[in-house]
Amino acid sequence: MRGRVAYFGVFTALALIFSYVETLIPFHFGIPGMKLGLANIIIVLVLYRLGVKEAYLLSVVRVLLSGFLFGNYFSIIYSLAGGILSLSAMALLKRNGGFSVMGVSIAGGVFHNIGQLAVAMLVVETFSVIYYVPVLLVAGMFTGLLIGIAANEMLKRLVNLND
Amino acid sequence: MDMKTGLKKKDWVLIMIIICVAWLTVLVHIFIGGKGANRVIVKIEGAIQDTYNLSKEGEYEINGGTNVLLIRNGKASMLEADCPDQLCVHQKPISLNRESIICLPNKVVVEIESGTSREFDAVTR
Repeated sequence: MRGRVAYFGVFTALALIFSYVETLIPFHFGIPGMKLGLANIIIVLVLYRLGVKEAYLLSVVRVLLSGFLFGNYFSIIYSLAGGILSLSAMALLKRNGGFSVMGVSIAGGVFHNIGQLAVAMLVVETFSVIYYVPVLLVAGMFTGLLIGIAANEMLKRLVNLND
Repeated sequence: MDMKTGLKKKDWVLIMIIICVAWLTVLVHIFIGGKGANRVIVKIEGAIQDTYNLSKEGEYEINGGTNVLLIRNGKASMLEADCPDQLCVHQKPISLNRESIICLPNKVVVEIESGTSREFDAVTR
């Protein structure tokens, strides 16, 4: 149990660092809200190695901390909506079985974008954002795949982390 | 299972579903959207604030000066915004029907609309 708490701390720190690194990369694809989601590597790792509960906790802690440190009130709401929906989709697919880490991560990437879009629609009270859906779906798929490949490689090398 | 990529059968099914849904929404976009767009509509918190002509070039302060809208060469873009992330400023200029630029912190939406699509609008909203 003590080991789990320690690991959770390490993963929280790692997720925060990834969030910070991401703010340093000036990604602008002409589409609002599109980013790599590096911290999601850690979320996937925790989901596979520590469990669903821990992954949820880390998601919320990560969003709140990085939001207060590098973002603002708005970025917290968007990230939270995206993060929770993304993790729910990933947990569901993982429990369902038959999906690889990449598949689970792809679902996470796509639903992260859907969650953010839903909040955007509520905030600006317009449906015209719905026209970002195809771009965000495909973008989420590719970033999810990349994150999945990275997480898969890390999982292979973190075999002793189960206790 | 494909050993080279490590992707399983269900992964491929998932990818196919995502691509299909994306294509479907693109088709819907093409079907509903299209040419003939000529108006730029500025909405604040969902309420229409101003309407500009897309063919008339100029810079306009909107939402009491928090954002500056630029209309040039039949395209609209956000020139300035006082928000920290500047996402709307980095967005590509828009010109097609129902395309939009959104500044979330200021709750500003800039939308392109054709003068003839009002009826459809009334039905869909």
